[in-house]
Amino acid sequence: MADNNVVLMQGNEACVEGALIAGMKFYAGYPITPSTEIAEISASKLPKIGGKFIQMEDEIASISAVIGASLAGNKAMTATSGPGFSLKQEGIGYAIIAEVPCVIVNVQRGGPSTGLPTSPAQGDIMQARWGTHGEHSIIALCPSTVKEVLDVTIRAFNLSEKYRTPVIILMDEVVGHMREKVELPNPSKIEIYNRKKPTSSPDDYMPYKVKDGDIVPEMPSIGEGYRYHVTGLVHDEYGFPTNDSSIAEKLITRLVEKIESNLDDIVEYEEYRLADADEAIIAYGSTARSAKSAINLLREKGRKIGLFRPITIWPSPKQQIEILAKKVKRISVIEMNLGQYYLEIDRIAGKYTNVTKYGSVNGELISPDEIISFIEED
Amino acid sequence: MVSKLIDKYYRTDRLPHIWCTGCGNGIVLRSIVKAIDNLGLNKDDICVVSGIGCSSRASGYLDFNTVHTTHGRALAFATGIKFSNPNLHVIVITGDGDCAAIGGNHLIHAARRNIDITTVVFNNNIYGMTGGQYSPATPTGDKGTTAPYGNIDYNFDLCELAKAAGATYVSRSTIYAANMIIKQVEEGIKNKGFSFIETLTICPTYYGRKNSKGNAVDMVTHLKDSAVNISAYEKLSEEEKANRIPIGELYKRNRPEYTEKYESMMKLF
Ligand SMILES: Cc1ncc(C[n+]2csc(CCOP(=O)(O)OP(=O)(O)O)c2C)c(N)n1
Repeated sequence: MADNNVVLMQGNEACVEGALIAGMKFYAGYPITPSTEIAEISASKLPKIGGKFIQMEDEIASISAVIGASLAGNKAMTATSGPGFSLKQEGIGYAIIAEVPCVIVNVQRGGPSTGLPTSPAQGDIMQARWGTHGEHSIIALCPSTVKEVLDVTIRAFNLSEKYRTPVIILMDEVVGHMREKVELPNPSKIEIYNRKKPTSSPDDYMPYKVKDGDIVPEMPSIGEGYRYHVTGLVHDEYGFPTNDSSIAEKLITRLVEKIESNLDDIVEYEEYRLADADEAIIAYGSTARSAKSAINLLREKGRKIGLFRPITIWPSPKQQIEILAKKVKRISVIEMNLGQYYLEIDRIAGKYTNVTKYGSVNGELISPDEIISFIEED
Repeated sequence: MVSKLIDKYYRTDRLPHIWCTGCGNGIVLRSIVKAIDNLGLNKDDICVVSGIGCSSRASGYLDFNTVHTTHGRALAFATGIKFSNPNLHVIVITGDGDCAAIGGNHLIHAARRNIDITTVVFNNNIYGMTGGQYSPATPTGDKGTTAPYGNIDYNFDLCELAKAAGATYVSRSTIYAANMIIKQVEEGIKNKGFSFIETLTICPTYYGRKNSKGNAVDMVTHLKDSAVNISAYEKLSEEEKANRIPIGELYKRNRPEYTEKYESMMKLF
């Protein structure tokens, strides 16, 4: 690759770059620190490639417009931070039940409420999982470098198209604003997944029926001749509302299972110096960067320690964590909150090994020194 | 004649509808469909978007592209749809609560952008779906289940609101004057911009009963008696205006439309 393909860019910029490679044609958003650059760069780039950018009146409107755009056939994204992420939750639930692909970026900052607008945090881990009401599953990805923001954003679009579900990208202020060298990929070499369009005639089309061998129903765009009904109500395979309890059970179970039974495809993670490790750290996002430095220093002191870094935060890499738990005498979950992902790790690993946690909510990045003293002390 | 319209435009296997005996929503819905028929539009090119409420259930009965969204957000969904595919005729069906309470912000901003969406409000002066709570369109003094001693809020004039916010076509009619609804929806669809059409309908079950307004016929008669064409209304004294509602085409203006402005911006590149 020629050198001119290596550029210095910010995480938020890499997010837009990845989205455009993935085929984003629509962005709707409402400004909020530390995500605003995603809107600004989208506003500048989308009109040049025939895409649509709109600044909506709030975050509820933004997620709603994104869902509408996706139904009309555009790959669509919105970005926000904590307060706006809260506002989008009802819309995310709609996208889940109506099976509308879309990407929601949350560049996390300190909370609750307006909190620490310009400081990093990882306080929305559980909100990403359970923020919208009702039983559901969700895909949430968590990059820790600028290059990975680009890759993860492409993947978020691909997964959303493949599974017809909203995909959340959980960044944090540090990952969003940090500048790093990124080697831009050759778009022609990247695998792009597009939603499967119906092959049957409109007369035979059943909008919410999954064909044998498929994961999700086929999805036409509004205006292509398949005049179907989209609703947030529980619906039958024809797309129409129903109170039938067996249909409700079947639909909600299918929506959960299409994600939970495809973990092999959805789950992505990194293992760092784990091969010979007898203890492990689990960390994600910018915290994982400090964890790596801490691990290198601890290794110099003779500890056999490694990092397991989930890139897919939800659904959690259950199988891999279980295997790890059976191998090591201790797992420490390090995160910029007081133990949110710890709950999930302890649930999976707690019966096999000692699971401990270290967290902070002061708006500062957790430093390698802090991690080292936690590991050595405990 | 009516049944021909039903066969052509309704999802007949979805009928009967959920609306109560005496509900006026069917008249509004038929008028919308009749307007579409008069314009000779292709069903594939029409997208009906609705929010949540009794009125918003209308989308499910129609054989167009239909999107039944979340409470109050129909216009925001519709904005995403229209902006994505400006060739579609996007029609929003919404209730007075859906459009003016929870969705009020989206209403004023869709109007401000002058995006080419035709909004038809089914104003029954009450929250029907949830059983008769007062809405922003419940007249002061009237009762609702959450206003047992009379509503102390002032109600919105929805048309004035849409006009002030930037709508380029604003009209009002009643279910007594169904032909007027048809004409207005036709004009609204033809208007390249944000069209706001308020239809005064009736909810005998919740609003009527709570407020001793009589049966459906009494309520329609009342609509007939209180609605006055805008040209005649303007000639009335302030006193005479007090208990009258102006109907007809209330406001029109020329202003470039949102998706067209965006298209011309794209041509810069
Ligand atoms: C976020 C949210 N809040 C509240 C509700 C409950 N709800 C459903 S319909 C409705 C009011 C509908 O009134 P209106 O828009 O006037 O329509 P109508 O039923 O009278 O046609 C309410 C409050 C909801 N579905 N979603």
